[in-house]
Amino acid sequence: MTWSATARGAHQPDNTAFTQQRLPAWQPLLSASITLPLFFCAGLAFIGLGLGLYYSSNGIKELEYDYTGDPGTGNCSVCAAEGQGRAPPPNCSCAWYFSLPELFPGPVYLYYELTNFYQNNRRYGVSRDDAQLSGLPSALHNPVNECAPYQFSATGLPIAPCGAIANSLFNDSFSLWHQRRPGGPYVEVPLDRAAIAWWTDYHVKFHNPPLVNGSLALAFRGTAPPPNWHRPVYELSPDPNNTGFINQDFVVWMRTAALPTFRKLFARIRQGNYTAGLPRGAYRVNITYNYPVRVFGGHKLIIFSNISWMGGKNPFLGIAYLVVGSLCILMGFVMLVVYIRYQDQNEEEDDDE
Amino acid sequence: MWRWVRQQLGFDPPHQSDTRTIYIANRFPQNGLYTPQKFIDNRIISSKVHDLLYFLSLAIYTVWNFVPKNLFEQFRRVANFYFLIIFLVQLMIDTPTSPITSGLPLFFVITVTAIKQGYEDWLRHNSDNEVNGAPVYVVRSGGLVKTRSKNIRVGDIVRIAKDEIFPADLVLLSSDRLDGSCHVTTASLDGETNLKTHVAVPETAVLQTVANLDSLIAVIECQQPEADLYRFMGRMIITQQMEEIVRPLGPESLLLRGARLKNTKEIFGVAIYTGMETKMALNYKSKSQKRSAVEKSMNTFLIIYLIILISEAIISTILKYTWQAEEKWDEPWYNQKTEHQRNSSKILRFISDFLAFLVLYNFIIPISLYVTVEMQKFLGSFFIGWDLDLYHEESDQKAQVNTSDLNEELGQVEYVFTDKTGTLTENEMQFRECSINGMKYQEINGRLVPEGPTPDSSEGNLTYLNSLSHLNNLSHLTTSSSFRTSPENETELIKEHDLFFKAVSLCHTVQISNVHTDGIGDGPWQSNLAPSQLEYYASSPDEKALVEAAARIGIVFIGNSEETMEVKILGKLERYKLLHILEFDSDRRRMSVIVQAPSGEKLLFAKGAESSILPKCIGGEIEKTRIHVDEFALKGLRTLCIAFRQFTSKEYEEIDRRLFEARTALQQREEKLANVFQFIEKDLILLGATAVEDRLQDKVRETIEALRMAGIKVWVLTGDKHETAVSVSLSCGHFHRTMNILELINQKSDNECAEQLRQLARRITEDHVIQHGLVVDGTSLSLALREHEKLFMEVCRNCSAVLCCRMAPLQKAKVIRLIKISPEKPITLAVGDGANDVSMIQEAHVGIGIMGKEGRQAARNSDYAIARFKFLSKLLFVHGHFYYIRIATLVQYFFYKNVCFITPQFLYQFYCLFSQQTLYDSVYLTLYNICFTSLPILIYSLLEQHIDPHVLQNKPTLYRPSMQKPAQMTSLEGDIVRLDENQQNAIQINQLFTTKLKDISKNSLLSIKTFIYWTILGFTHAFIFFFGSYFLMGKDISLLGNGQMFGNWTFGTLVFTVMVITVTVKMALETHFWTWINHLVTWGSIIFYFVFSLFYGGILWPFLGSQNMYFVFIQLLSSGSAWFAIILMVVTCLFLDVVKKVFDRQLHPTSTEKAQLTETNSSIKCLDSMCCFPEGETACASIRRMLERVIGRCSPTHISRSWSASDPFYTNDRSILTLSTMDSSTY
Repeated sequence: MTWSATARGAHQPDNTAFTQQRLPAWQPLLSASITLPLFFCAGLAFIGLGLGLYYSSNGIKELEYDYTGDPGTGNCSVCAAEGQGRAPPPNCSCAWYFSLPELFPGPVYLYYELTNFYQNNRRYGVSRDDAQLSGLPSALHNPVNECAPYQFSATGLPIAPCGAIANSLFNDSFSLWHQRRPGGPYVEVPLDRAAIAWWTDYHVKFHNPPLVNGSLALAFRGTAPPPNWHRPVYELSPDPNNTGFINQDFVVWMRTAALPTFRKLFARIRQGNYTAGLPRGAYRVNITYNYPVRVFGGHKLIIFSNISWMGGKNPFLGIAYLVVGSLCILMGFVMLVVYIRYQDQNEEEDDDE
Repeated sequence: MWRWVRQQLGFDPPHQSDTRTIYIANRFPQNGLYTPQKFIDNRIISSKVHDLLYFLSLAIYTVWNFVPKNLFEQFRRVANFYFLIIFLVQLMIDTPTSPITSGLPLFFVITVTAIKQGYEDWLRHNSDNEVNGAPVYVVRSGGLVKTRSKNIRVGDIVRIAKDEIFPADLVLLSSDRLDGSCHVTTASLDGETNLKTHVAVPETAVLQTVANLDSLIAVIECQQPEADLYRFMGRMIITQQMEEIVRPLGPESLLLRGARLKNTKEIFGVAIYTGMETKMALNYKSKSQKRSAVEKSMNTFLIIYLIILISEAIISTILKYTWQAEEKWDEPWYNQKTEHQRNSSKILRFISDFLAFLVLYNFIIPISLYVTVEMQKFLGSFFIGWDLDLYHEESDQKAQVNTSDLNEELGQVEYVFTDKTGTLTENEMQFRECSINGMKYQEINGRLVPEGPTPDSSEGNLTYLNSLSHLNNLSHLTTSSSFRTSPENETELIKEHDLFFKAVSLCHTVQISNVHTDGIGDGPWQSNLAPSQLEYYASSPDEKALVEAAARIGIVFIGNSEETMEVKILGKLERYKLLHILEFDSDRRRMSVIVQAPSGEKLLFAKGAESSILPKCIGGEIEKTRIHVDEFALKGLRTLCIAFRQFTSKEYEEIDRRLFEARTALQQREEKLANVFQFIEKDLILLGATAVEDRLQDKVRETIEALRMAGIKVWVLTGDKHETAVSVSLSCGHFHRTMNILELINQKSDNECAEQLRQLARRITEDHVIQHGLVVDGTSLSLALREHEKLFMEVCRNCSAVLCCRMAPLQKAKVIRLIKISPEKPITLAVGDGANDVSMIQEAHVGIGIMGKEGRQAARNSDYAIARFKFLSKLLFVHGHFYYIRIATLVQYFFYKNVCFITPQFLYQFYCLFSQQTLYDSVYLTLYNICFTSLPILIYSLLEQHIDPHVLQNKPTLYRPSMQKPAQMTSLEGDIVRLDENQQNAIQINQLFTTKLKDISKNSLLSIKTFIYWTILGFTHAFIFFFGSYFLMGKDISLLGNGQMFGNWTFGTLVFTVMVITVTVKMALETHFWTWINHLVTWGSIIFYFVFSLFYGGILWPFLGSQNMYFVFIQLLSSGSAWFAIILMVVTCLFLDVVKKVFDRQLHPTSTEKAQLTETNSSIKCLDSMCCFPEGETACASIRRMLERVIGRCSPTHISRSWSASDPFYTNDRSILTLSTMDSSTY
């Protein structure tokens, strides 16, 4: 049936490819002959990638120490025993001694890890005021209701920074000492505490309120620090670029973790003699033990790790690639067998089924 | 319910009484005791949603109406109501997501639905708005006043001029003609183009001026409004000279709103039904409440998902409380509660926690499912109307979709019930033969030639007939002499002929197009009118054929005016006074007229089916005629018997009186009329019978054959007599010669019928290889249905073809209902073209109207209307198949993608102390269903063609495998030898072999099994997304090259990203037909997700409370591990699916998949499909040219899917229809 333009009736539908449902179309078929090579190729590629990923993850070194202070696990148990009660415990410090038989290649990253700490609890996660943290003066004095019960102090002053997250800021601190020669003095290893937070968080999202008479302290006048804090927010660090809301530790802490076991970056070791990593020798980590975790069954760990382009040590990705790649190849073979077998059957008469 | 609310609010007062009393021109009685009834004004208000213009123009009143009514309509739908509840819960209690996340989609869905409904309504009510404001002339206070149509009140006298449309339902008072008659056409109401005559009561017919009308004092009592266009009962009480005259009013005096005045200069009428109470408006009420099987399974799935949702919420709540029993989890020092939270009641907290979980997981019920389904149906249905293959060139009619709700049902049909006349046949009647007084005649070239057992005497007859035919040439003077010279017996014969054809040309309701008699005072019809110039209009094509045949023979009906019918017999004008017409109805199956001959004798001519005439006859050649009628019927001709009766004047007086009584009765008028008719139409003298041929439509045979091959059982339901029906059945291939035809006819008693049925059942079980056909007639059917329903159904199910003849319209519907409720619950389809098919069309799951000659009633009441029966095959095999595949995938996919969406949220609760922390950001929650994943599925569901349409049309077996029971398969193996014996058996065997290869039959794509597969797939994918991301994070290892850490929002975004990609690629895997639009939306959706996320995360949004997502997405993408993880997870998810698909295809290919293999491999490759734009897409022409230049590979030859007749695939060749090697090689 062909339709000429002259004989068109008034109601004749348009003869276009779209209205007649015959747009040109690619019609792929998921047949065995196409998927077989695909499976083999994908399988090989995945195994290759998997091997690469696995080895690159394997090349990463990690050194971790649980300093929670369970009885008999080192000198931190003293502090742990003292701080049984609720926060804040009295100042206490302890140390962790370790030695490296060989160079720990750099750059080395120092993390702390908390377990059983639910930063992803909803009530906890919403308990912050992003407007306040962005330095908005009006928000500084009027924290959002989500911050409750850390919205206003007992004296009625608005808390800055408000909310449960800020209140529970991790306040242990570490310093690393290196003993170059056995029996020699411990030299402090410089810890690079800058740029541990996301660049955008530090530069854009978090801002101190505008200075009053050039003073940050005045800008925060009329607010109270979170109840667990010993010092006001503007005294978090003597460095004016690292205090107040833009204190790097604070910014890092404010990015709540996804899972109850989480790590947060504390410092990088990449300065001075330590750019290539931590040379072999004995080390001591001085820990200011403040943060109570035993009440909720948590643990505190300190971790030294180096990092590849793909992040920290995690063999999962490599293994998963290897597994999926092998499965692909395996399925490819199964398919091949089936394909050949049924190909034969199709060629013969297959009424016997 | 809404009506009830409205009544309570006093919007529409309930009708207090069964009748309304209307004072013409609102002249109420003076005694003051009367409180006038209140009627609504003459405005048409759209029933559902109101088009914007109208809404604006009547803002104040309609705001009242519009907002609540529309909202009510929308929230009556369970899903919408559910989301409203969720929204309200979010407003009331502290929930993890803001009310916007569910409020916005709900608003979106409701807006889209409202737009769609508004558009559909707007299409329907387009003309109303014009009519509402149209100027009309109303008689008020003694003069004509020009006003707007909407101001007409009940009781107003309205003047309508020629070719104007009636603005309300009017009772005709007078016209410019003396007899008070006028002609109207109701084309816009029921599509019938013939002119209908309406008459006024004689007392008012004389009031032809405004002044005269002003003096009229009359009251009309009539029924309250009802929708039936053809029913009206009332009476007019006219007070003249202190005397009350009562006149009956029937449909013949009612002028319907929407009809048009024709051939009449002007009329006056009194408005009795106005506005929404007019019959036209009442008919706008949505007529089809049919729901498709897909919608039913969709609701089942919804309930299953609701159960999943509630159980997930309950599990979460319980776990939350088990977990929180310890204080260190419930309230650690770093996360203390407020006083308020601590003190709130435990039960209240429990409930609010449950509700919060409900809100958190509520997206598992796909909110946009309904709106997408509706859009798909609405937009998809355009393809039917656009299809050139469903366009009938001769009548310039394209297929019409009256309801888009049933598109997919077209792909599920198991039974087709078809009317015969006008559906299988052309309904173009051609007079062929007649039997007069026991002699058979044939019409050949306008001459009557006798046939039959007396060839010797044909000589004499021939001369006579020759002479008769000469009359047509107006040479009657010469021929009349031959009359006189005829022998005695021949004059006798002529007399009989005379009466026979007089009866034919008098007993009818044919109208004549009176173009020439347009002038006023057009007295008698011009007698010099040549017969060839006359044009007859009849509602029934039989009548037209008969009157035309009589005219050819020499007895020309010239017209009726002022109660006389004029017939020119052999050039001589004879006037018959028309006394009464006993109208045709389908119960009596006959019609009669009572006329007064010029000689003064009163005659009744009756015409009707032989079964309704012959038993009433007491004289004439009954037996011979009966034999002739059967012979005619065997040739497939439609027969009518003609009889007459002469009344004595005494008899007539009684008849006249009884008729008048019955016609003026207000109660049970129809019953009374039927009784009177029964009384009148008896003691008839048979004159003869006529035989009219009805040609078969084009390609009916092929279509029926294809339907049968598709596993569809075809039943022909007809009102025709047994012999005609069987012969037509045979000629159209419904029955074929190899079939064993079983008969269940002329059963008189219950027992006899049961015995016969049992016998038939035995015969079927004895010989199951041969196909059986069954013939049932109406009376036997009603017997069989009354007591032996089961047995009858058993017999029917085992017959491949069933023919029901002598069926009354309601019986047709009853048969369909029986099949519908039989245990297999098959999907039924009814095709018909006439008013008598309406009940069956409305009863069947899918009703198809043929836009034929018998008016448009069937097309109006149908779900789909097509011009020809043959289009059914494309409608079912191609469109139905496509729609089914499309909608089924759409529904399954929607549930799948929401499982994928919500299950990670559920899993995350295990890691966040069941604190209802959301995994995804609110904006992502909101946009997932609206933006990120909605378009690919919508486009898929509009464009997908998993098999080439030609293949679908030429391999009906792809539609549905046979319904044969598997038990019969084993017994059949021994009979395979018979395969080669004849093709029909081969087809049947072929169908049996395909039984296992269910593709789309019995709603299989929406079966619970398939549904569970998709759901499990969804859960599996969700587990892969979640745990893949979980293990990737491990003990929250840094994933960035600079050692910085991610947070919970990055984690959620990772899961979400993998999900969006997987779900979209999954859709891509399902897509088999990749046009450039599919490419655009599929890859476009993913790209849009990325672009949107970059944008959304790239800005600190000033109006958002939390800036959780700031730079999260960008940071995620800057991690190499994340990229590798995304690729890995997407591949893993789809790996399972691909493996399953490939194995399925290799091991148990469905016939669909096989057909895909054998398809003519079009040379279009992936890239081409993106750059090749079809001819005619002018908008894209420039891009095409550019692309062509760039890629240089698009030559027009690429677009090679032509639909020309030369295409070997297209021809409906039987050789293609038969067993194909592909299908037989399965086992």
